[in-house]
Amino acid sequence: MNTATFIFKNASRNKRRLLLSVLSAAVSLFLLVTLMVVLRELTKPPADGDSSLRICVRNKISLAATLPQRQRAEIEKVPGVVACSPFVWFGGKFNEDEQTIFGTIACDPEKLPSLLQEMKVDPGQYAEFLKDRTTCLVGNDAMQSKKFKSMGLKVGSRFTVVSGIYPTKLELKIVGTYVGTIDDRNTFFHHKYLDESLQDWGLTGMWWLRIDKAESMGPVNTAIEAAFANSANEVRAESERAFQMSFVSMLGGLKELIGGISIAVLVTLFLVTASTMSMAIRERFRELAILKAIGYQRRELFAFILAESFGLSALGAIIGVGSATLLFHFIDIKKASHNIFVSFEVTPQMLGTAALISCVLGITSSLAPAFAVSRMSVVQALKTLD
Amino acid sequence: MIPLVEIRDLSKVYERGGVTVAALDHVSLDIAQGEFLSLMGPSGSGKSTLLHIIAGIDRPTGGSCKVGKVFVTELTESELADWRNQNVGFVFQSFNLIPVLSAYENVELPLLLMNLPGSKRKQLVNTALELVGLADRAHHLPKQMSGGQEQRVAIARAIVTDPFLIVADEPTGNLDSHSADEVLQILQTLSSKAIGKTVIMVTHDPRAAQYGTRTLHLEKGRLKE
Repeated sequence: MNTATFIFKNASRNKRRLLLSVLSAAVSLFLLVTLMVVLRELTKPPADGDSSLRICVRNKISLAATLPQRQRAEIEKVPGVVACSPFVWFGGKFNEDEQTIFGTIACDPEKLPSLLQEMKVDPGQYAEFLKDRTTCLVGNDAMQSKKFKSMGLKVGSRFTVVSGIYPTKLELKIVGTYVGTIDDRNTFFHHKYLDESLQDWGLTGMWWLRIDKAESMGPVNTAIEAAFANSANEVRAESERAFQMSFVSMLGGLKELIGGISIAVLVTLFLVTASTMSMAIRERFRELAILKAIGYQRRELFAFILAESFGLSALGAIIGVGSATLLFHFIDIKKASHNIFVSFEVTPQMLGTAALISCVLGITSSLAPAFAVSRMSVVQALKTLD
Repeated sequence: MIPLVEIRDLSKVYERGGVTVAALDHVSLDIAQGEFLSLMGPSGSGKSTLLHIIAGIDRPTGGSCKVGKVFVTELTESELADWRNQNVGFVFQSFNLIPVLSAYENVELPLLLMNLPGSKRKQLVNTALELVGLADRAHHLPKQMSGGQEQRVAIARAIVTDPFLIVADEPTGNLDSHSADEVLQILQTLSSKAIGKTVIMVTHDPRAAQYGTRTLHLEKGRLKE
């Protein structure tokens, strides 16, 4: 027998309790990692390589405020700008009563291939899209979604889309599908068609640009903002990534909620582990007193308790975090979440955080029993025993 | 005879609920090497306190206790733990074996502190178990043994480090007379000239005390002639 065997035998003497404790740690850490994954998915939209070459130009006052279409000519003149398209988030619904909107974006189809170079679409279908301003191009993920399928929508179908934002509804014909973008859940249609339906609106939600090289990002942003400075429609130009992050900041409340749940999970986990350790040590107080009498020092008894507590939380972490990692690696989260989430990934940082939590948990939950044992008088303990 | 244990003017005073209780009242005593001393007395007479101070698991409030060449009353907690491991073997009334460890592993426990190679530990454990007549029960768990056998395993654990002092606090208190005799005979053998351990035993049982080479009575914290 060695010290490790001794610790293992002690820890596993009550197998049911050990199993339940390890499982509670595993479930808690699984939940914690899941919350971290969800939070990451919500707060850190995946970026593709081309996103560093795309710029979003929006009204400086608010994202909800529109911009005049006449700005386009000015923007296109800025050195470094390769393509410029209006971009309107239409907030499409299939009918007035529906609560859920889907990704419907009005843009300039002429410029879309330049903006989304990673987009793969049949050239014949794209040609049709360019030809008819009442047509649309639907992302493959949207096309495969339950909603589209339940409505029997396919290439060639016509459907009416009601805006959740603007006072209009459009009849669109699906002429093709696309794949290859970071988010194949959107439906693109002609901005001109929207403009007409709003009685020559003359506005856009924002401008969507592509620049020639990443180094142009700063100068182009500065030039565009300067071009409209002190006008009635001042703009804010930023990289697509920065734009996405500004959306993320609107999810502050959600982040706090998830953070709060995570803390609750951690506190529960700590209480469960600390309670288990306290029970386990209280049961063994007699034996620990004997060990002390036969020459074991405080530090050795502390090490036994720490190792046991640490082992329990580490085993829980391996099972919980391991299950989460495997689950999110193998599960098709797009399909499972009906395209609500794009990707669930357990990052090395999350693994590190979980490992750190597990270590801290192991140490902190062993402190109270270890302190009690270190203060224990052998004589007092023996008096209660014999 | 050279005394192994020299106790001079030893006192132990407890505070219990604001009341001062003298568990030991200026006790002086010499115990020779190889002696089997029986300490008797009514409950609360201070015999267990005296035993605990000699064994280094309790501290007096006055006086001194020298065991071998060491004043145990002057050692720190850490030094005492090392000293106990190397020089004192404990036998308790309720055996106090670790239930999840086999007899062999229970006996091996004190040796884990001594940085001995596995082969040496094995040799020492087997010798100790043979001495108490339980070599064939080495891999049995405590629950698979009788009370007498458990107490013999506890004795094997007490002697495995080859201490010069064995302290036994009511070692037969939980045993039937046959098992008690077996345990007492082992303690007697350990204190024989051939082995030479010093055994100090606290007991209520006059029959058990007769196994000792000397019996001392304590009453109200004082030695009674």
